[in-house]
Amino acid sequence: MNARQALLIGALLLLGACDEAPQPPGGFAGLGADAAAFAQVERGRPLQFPADHGAHHGYRIEWWYVTANLSDEQGRDWGVQWTLFRSALRPGADEPGWNSPNLWMGHAALTGPYGHQSGETLARGGIGQAGVEAQPFRAWIDDWSLHSTAGEGLEHLQMQASGKDFRYLLQLDSDGPLVLHGAGGYSVKSGQGQASWYYSQPFYRVSGEIERAGQRYAVSGQAWLDREWSSQPLAADQHGWDWFSLHLDGGAKLMLFRVRQADGLHYRAGTWIAADGRAVALRGEQIQLDELAWTRQANGRKVPTRWRVRVADHGVDVQAESIQPRAWMGTSFPYWEGPIRLEGSPGGRGYLEMTGY
Amino acid sequence: MLIVENVYKSFVTAQGSLPVLRGVDLQLSTGSSLALMGESGSGKSTLLHLIAGLERVDSGRILVDGQPLQGRREAELARWRREGIGLVFQQYNLIGSLDVAANLSFQARLAGRHDQAWIGHLAERLGLASLLARYPEQLSGGQQQRVAIGRALAARPALLLADEPTGNLDEASSAAVLDLLLELVSETGSSLLMVTHSARLASRLGRTLYLRQGRIQPGEA
Amino acid sequence: MAMLRISLLALLSHWRRHPLQLFSILTGLWLATALWTGVQALNSQARADYARASALLAGPAQAQLVARRGERFEQAAYVQLRRSGWPVSPVLEGRLRFAGAEPLSVRLLGIEPLTLPPGTVVAGQPGGASDLRAFIGPPGQAWIAADTLQRLGLQPGERALTSDGQRLPPLQVHTQLAPGVIVVDIGHAQALLQAPGQLSRLLLPADFAVRPPDLPAALAELLQLQPSSAGDDLQRLTDSFHLNLSALGLLAFLVGLFIVHAAIGLALEQRRGLLRTLRACGVSLRGLIGALAVELGLLALLGGLAGVACGYLLASLLLDDVAASLRGLYGAEVAGQLSLSPQWWLSGIAMSLFGALLAGGNSLWRAAQLPLLALALPQAWRAAQSRWLRRQALLAGVLLLLAAGCWRFGDSLLAAFAMLAALLLAAALLLPALLDATLAVLARHSRGPLAEWFVADSRQQLPALALALMALLLALAASVGVGSMTEGFRQTFVGWLDQRLSADLYLTPRDTAQALEISAWLAGRPGVEAVLPNWRVDMRLQGWPVQLQGIVDHPSYRRHWPLLEQRADAWTQLAAGQGAMLSEQLARRLKLGLGDRLPLPGAEGEQHLSVVGLYADYGNPRGHLLVSADWLRRHWSEARLSNLSLRLQPAQVAALKEQLEQRYGLDATRLIEQATLKRWSTAVFERTFAATAALNSLTLLVAGVALFISLLTLGHSRLGQLAPLWALGVGRTRLAWLSLGQTLLLASLTVLLAMPLGVLLAWCLVAVVNVQAFGWRLPLHVFPGQLLQLALLGLLTSLLAAAGPLWQLARRQPADLLRQFADER
Repeated sequence: MNARQALLIGALLLLGACDEAPQPPGGFAGLGADAAAFAQVERGRPLQFPADHGAHHGYRIEWWYVTANLSDEQGRDWGVQWTLFRSALRPGADEPGWNSPNLWMGHAALTGPYGHQSGETLARGGIGQAGVEAQPFRAWIDDWSLHSTAGEGLEHLQMQASGKDFRYLLQLDSDGPLVLHGAGGYSVKSGQGQASWYYSQPFYRVSGEIERAGQRYAVSGQAWLDREWSSQPLAADQHGWDWFSLHLDGGAKLMLFRVRQADGLHYRAGTWIAADGRAVALRGEQIQLDELAWTRQANGRKVPTRWRVRVADHGVDVQAESIQPRAWMGTSFPYWEGPIRLEGSPGGRGYLEMTGY
Repeated sequence: MLIVENVYKSFVTAQGSLPVLRGVDLQLSTGSSLALMGESGSGKSTLLHLIAGLERVDSGRILVDGQPLQGRREAELARWRREGIGLVFQQYNLIGSLDVAANLSFQARLAGRHDQAWIGHLAERLGLASLLARYPEQLSGGQQQRVAIGRALAARPALLLADEPTGNLDEASSAAVLDLLLELVSETGSSLLMVTHSARLASRLGRTLYLRQGRIQPGEA
Repeated sequence: MAMLRISLLALLSHWRRHPLQLFSILTGLWLATALWTGVQALNSQARADYARASALLAGPAQAQLVARRGERFEQAAYVQLRRSGWPVSPVLEGRLRFAGAEPLSVRLLGIEPLTLPPGTVVAGQPGGASDLRAFIGPPGQAWIAADTLQRLGLQPGERALTSDGQRLPPLQVHTQLAPGVIVVDIGHAQALLQAPGQLSRLLLPADFAVRPPDLPAALAELLQLQPSSAGDDLQRLTDSFHLNLSALGLLAFLVGLFIVHAAIGLALEQRRGLLRTLRACGVSLRGLIGALAVELGLLALLGGLAGVACGYLLASLLLDDVAASLRGLYGAEVAGQLSLSPQWWLSGIAMSLFGALLAGGNSLWRAAQLPLLALALPQAWRAAQSRWLRRQALLAGVLLLLAAGCWRFGDSLLAAFAMLAALLLAAALLLPALLDATLAVLARHSRGPLAEWFVADSRQQLPALALALMALLLALAASVGVGSMTEGFRQTFVGWLDQRLSADLYLTPRDTAQALEISAWLAGRPGVEAVLPNWRVDMRLQGWPVQLQGIVDHPSYRRHWPLLEQRADAWTQLAAGQGAMLSEQLARRLKLGLGDRLPLPGAEGEQHLSVVGLYADYGNPRGHLLVSADWLRRHWSEARLSNLSLRLQPAQVAALKEQLEQRYGLDATRLIEQATLKRWSTAVFERTFAATAALNSLTLLVAGVALFISLLTLGHSRLGQLAPLWALGVGRTRLAWLSLGQTLLLASLTVLLAMPLGVLLAWCLVAVVNVQAFGWRLPLHVFPGQLLQLALLGLLTSLLAAAGPLWQLARRQPADLLRQFADER
């Protein structure tokens, strides 16, 4: 997602900047200009697994992103986020030692009936504090990790992280196929052609344990993994976005995003994923997103926390309501990310991410 | 024999030259006494200071036993004060750091004419015998002036100069002090020149002269 | 209000007629404030710089993990801890050397900006608020204070070259950065210090360090948690230095107040009549005291302003020397330029106000007690004086007891200084009584009226001159004491240096490998008598930084390493790995003596050595330990070969030096001849005491001014005492000489008393204060030549002080003297 790229670049390069920090010139795309020396996202290259699960040195930015919608034994909704970002300060291969161009950033969050907790950690590449290996799959930063427990790819993963007053340890299992967005994973992000490599594994079943303020809860549910990497994904006039990953009743999945542009002509795109894993790319005009209600967040800004989401071609017309409207990520570069519940036709649940508010 | 001849003295002030003595003539033979009277500012004290060698005349002469004072160097004038005269001031001017005995004998010893018996006699006569170990600040005004008189006479000077010696004392003490002074002067045979405001005191001396506007009043010289 | 104004104007009119008194008071306040604030400026500048240095990485009260043994540890420990959930941040520290006319070394601090604990302030800015990408590089940035940049003679943006040929990232000036420090990214630091994969410490957020989990077993042996306070080494080490400066400043301040006290007291005496008249005219007592207080405040403000300005000037003149001392003695970096907070200026003025109140409070009190009418008889001075002398002697006795108590039971620098202060004050208070007694003896033996008067009058002058004489006594005694200590230290130090620096060439290799290579090469050279390797491990013993030095068994140590105390077979035991020798200050710190067992944290647990010798290690703020090199390397695998001492045939020194320089690329910072090393050490020493000496002379000067002003103010009343003598036939010139004689008599008696007091002071300094402050005790040296010189200086000071007033006396017109007899008086 563009959102995540902005997070990454903003957080890592303006580290320590607080909410009031001015954005770099040219919106979040400020660094776009000198990206030429990085590897470019070009249509037509087939993705190869399991190699593409690993890090893509040479590209500027990349992430491993898991969101999980869970229920505890009392049937209450919980949401879990686990994210590892990689950002390269300069083009070139990875080097061992402090000279490595890679910076790593982890975000973790636990959202539930008692509120929203988040954590952040940062690491330099090249020294083993953080990294990703493709086979067997293993992604880690500090004591947070996402790693394969069986099989060659991402079918069986263990995921753990902790932050102030929370921790979780979850097992993720999937028998569904990987879903490539856009054209075979080539995902366009703006009218001007900015693009990224983007695939997902939206079919995880989850079980495990979460802990909040010393209380433990056994949970189970669904999870969605996103993988994306790019070098110059942003257009100059794009200043924020809204992203949905939805688990629909009946087994279908839906990914939607909207990049908000200064001219008001927001760029929209998405993927319809049938229960059997067949994916159909959605064009902008097929998607309708409307804000219904707003909530004031910790930074004082209002963020839409109830939406109407419509994809008429696939019979989707739902109201998406955040489970915890103050799921604010008070990280180096703050944004909103939290679980949502869907009402309407069909029902379901999912995750919503919003930046630039 | 003290002879003052046509002495002029003026002081330089902010307003210009202020003449104090304008041709004073005066004679005092050995062993005699003279009272000098006059209004404030008439120059009495100045004349006394000139005779004591504390000041120098502008013109005219002061002769002591035929020798002029003018022309003497500072050291010779100091010696004149030390050996030739005794001085008694209205303010006593005792030496605060020395006790009565030391004050009494001070000038005599300076002059090299220390005579313990005479000083003992003086102390006795002046009623100071029981006060010898005291310091000036522990004495009354009359007692202090008696010490000053004793100090002035201890060296048996040929000439005693007294500047209102009783000016700070009440009438009874004044009379007593003057009696003592005159008795002792007659014992030493010193000449006495005393400046005073009091006609009653002046009458006790051999002669009285009046200074007016820097001159001896005509007809009274 | 009107009453206050009118009374104030009446009071102030006094100064128009007595400008000298006004001058005295202002001078006193000015000098006192100037010296005090000057010293405070030096101290606060240094402390601010320490604070900046320790706040380089300081968040609120940070804790850290340091190596249990040695200085550095492997980076893997950092990664392992991070992956165990410890929010640590790595730091690598070291020193960079720069060649130049005078070789300089700068502290290099490598930080990792991403993991710095939250709230960490780097170089005065919130952690990493600046451009992260630019800082990490390439090429990265090297943050430096403007002051350090200037000292290195470099320009912003330049890529400086260290004497090891390493190139720094481009320099960038950070104003908030402590002097003498360069901050770079940790990666650059490892390259610059040639310590790949090495770290010095790990920072922990304070909240985490409150209740940290147990360290993983493998790391618990390697690392230990150190509370944040241990980071303030610099502050602790330099405390004694600053306390010394403060003590000198306080002494000068007090001496200055003597002047103020004397002048204010005189002004009150002379204005008794005026005060009575004002009261008689209806000014209330409160109004009068208020007016006097306002007057005092105005004077203090004027004097304080001038004093603070001069204090600033003084401090900026001395700062260079102080900075050099601190660098030489403690490795503490202080900027060469003053930057003081407004608080400093205000506190300087406040000190002046406080001083004025202290010096004038007594006068205010007396003014408040002044009876309204009674034209009191002049006090019976004799009775008053003996009462006064008795009281002072009693107080002096109490102070002497206090000093004895401090000496017997005190165990801190503060107690040592309290002892010094009590001793000095007691001596000062005893001075008038001693002088009076001496004069009384003289009086019994004086013959002749003038001689008697001379002594008697001197006794009478005593109360008026006492304060000035006390000031002179204190200043002189301090000069003697500090002078003896300094000179004694210089001799001890130079002698020690001569013995200790017995090798011909000292070589600091880049690393152990190079050292071994050079040793091997040297072994076969002609003209090489011995190559003595020094192995080194740095550790902490009871929280104190300690250097372990491992030496080989060589006769030159027995010959040249001076020992203070030793067991009979000390060197044999040391060579056998059974004994260790300790520096004096380390032994004191650890409270160890000969024969005691010394536990050292080795790799396989604690190692014990017996203390077989103690040696002086002047000027080293760290502890120092001498052990056998073999033993050291057996138990500390990380021991480095830190330097080589080469004993050469004299004729070969120059040639070998040149060969070594060329063959191994060693520059002047790494290859030093004995003479050069001695010169550097001595230069550091000289500068260390330059500031002390300067302050001392200034204090003596202030005492001279105090005496001068006392005599000047006395001059007026002296006239009344001298006039009768003049009238009785003592010439003016003679009177002037007699007066001069009186001053000189009192001054020389004071000077005479100051000498033994100064020697006592010197003893206190070397045997008590130095031990507490630095950990070493020096033999007491007394230098008759120096005493004589200072005594003459003291006499000269008083002669000069007496000359002015006497000149005035001799110049007096007879009319002035006559006025003393005039009836109009």
